Amino acid sequence: MREITFEAVKNAVKTNLIKINYNLDDSFVKRLEDARDRESQSVSKSILDDIIENQKIARRGIIPLCQDTGIVVAFVEMGRNIFFDGDIGAAINAGVSAAYEEGYLRKSVVKHPFNRENTKDNTPAVIHTKLTKGEEIKIKLAAKGAGSENMSKVVMLKPSDGIEGVKQLVKDTIFKAGGRPCPPIIVGIGIGGNLEKSALLSKEALLRDLDDQSSDPTIRDLENTLYDEINALGVGAMGVGGDITCMGVKINYYPMHIASLPVAINIQCHANRHDEVIL
Amino acid sequence: MKKLTPPISNETVQSLRVGDKVLLSGTIYTARDQAHMRLVNEENPSFDLNGAVIYYVGPTPARDGEVIGACGPTSSYRMDSLAVPLMERGVKMMIGKGNRGKDFRESMQKNNAVYMIATGGAGALLASKIKKRELLMYEDLGPEAIYKLDVENFPCFVAYDVHGNSLFKGDDNA
Repeated sequence: MREITFEAVKNAVKTNLIKINYNLDDSFVKRLEDARDRESQSVSKSILDDIIENQKIARRGIIPLCQDTGIVVAFVEMGRNIFFDGDIGAAINAGVSAAYEEGYLRKSVVKHPFNRENTKDNTPAVIHTKLTKGEEIKIKLAAKGAGSENMSKVVMLKPSDGIEGVKQLVKDTIFKAGGRPCPPIIVGIGIGGNLEKSALLSKEALLRDLDDQSSDPTIRDLENTLYDEINALGVGAMGVGGDITCMGVKINYYPMHIASLPVAINIQCHANRHDEVIL
Repeated sequence: MKKLTPPISNETVQSLRVGDKVLLSGTIYTARDQAHMRLVNEENPSFDLNGAVIYYVGPTPARDGEVIGACGPTSSYRMDSLAVPLMERGVKMMIGKGNRGKDFRESMQKNNAVYMIATGGAGALLASKIKKRELLMYEDLGPEAIYKLDVENFPCFVAYDVHGNSLFKGDDNA
């Protein structure tokens, strides 16, 4: 049985959160450069140029990519054969607190829905923990901004709405959101389970690699069709009209009640900050 | 490309058209959700609203020796109803990101004002255009306090002009 300490978890979380707030993933930057080259509208193209230039400046490590350094989301997988003497949530929050202080990141979390008092260290993170096999702790981390999160939603469709109903809902949501979620966006869709399960599926979908395709042929086709149809909406970078509205569509699904078709749409902005740490 | 220096005149507002790229140099003021809620009830704000440019932003903390942290625009729609009384008191230009509501757009045309967008998420790039920062009001709001910013060639685009045109493709009001 391997022992993993509180400090090890805290430090890994801290280092990773600082890294993602200053360094956009290289393969994602490549995708943005391809998108800029393909864009035919001049204002949208100029915005994509700014986004690419911005990540170069952020990479120097002085100023983060975006002023909304997000609320932290953590998906934790705890191997059964590790020994961790303590509260994993507390270790993650200690990492968040250290990262947002030492990394000069904005503290964007308030305690209460109405008095809006800031917690001053960006904790608590939103943490989902699951027990798995093995001798590792795996933590998927995201710094999730509110601009795109606020344009996300869960809708309980009827089973008879089917695939066309899902497509229409997704396209309506993205068209109405316009420039607010900071396109080009990534769209995570959760279908099935129940109300809260669909929302979790949509968040997990956003954390998938953009090259990853669903193993289910129907779902894979829907990911590809929605990618084309969302881009055909013409929303463009920051909503100004253009060919590039989305960089990827990922769909996760789960069994559901015979009477239900829950659909969650979670939107990620172009400051696509997430990573995975394994201890 | 148009170069402008605040305060913004009625004539300047009239001359701007959707899609124009503007480089601002001079003084602009930051305000977002909480600052707007207070500012609308303020009889004597510590800056002149007439011709003023308001930037919707809540920056990250500045490192020692830096003017400011990341400071890209926040979503403007949250300030829609609070922007109306400020336009009635002379605010001429607002910079943010994303679409806004019908009532805001009508008030903008009535009060001869213009709505600009800066590139959302380009917080590091936009920080490089800010030369000086001075706390003006509501220090207790932290990143939401009102700051006076001296900017140089701060890039933005006309998103809604006073003539009723919109730059946006996706829109609640389309």
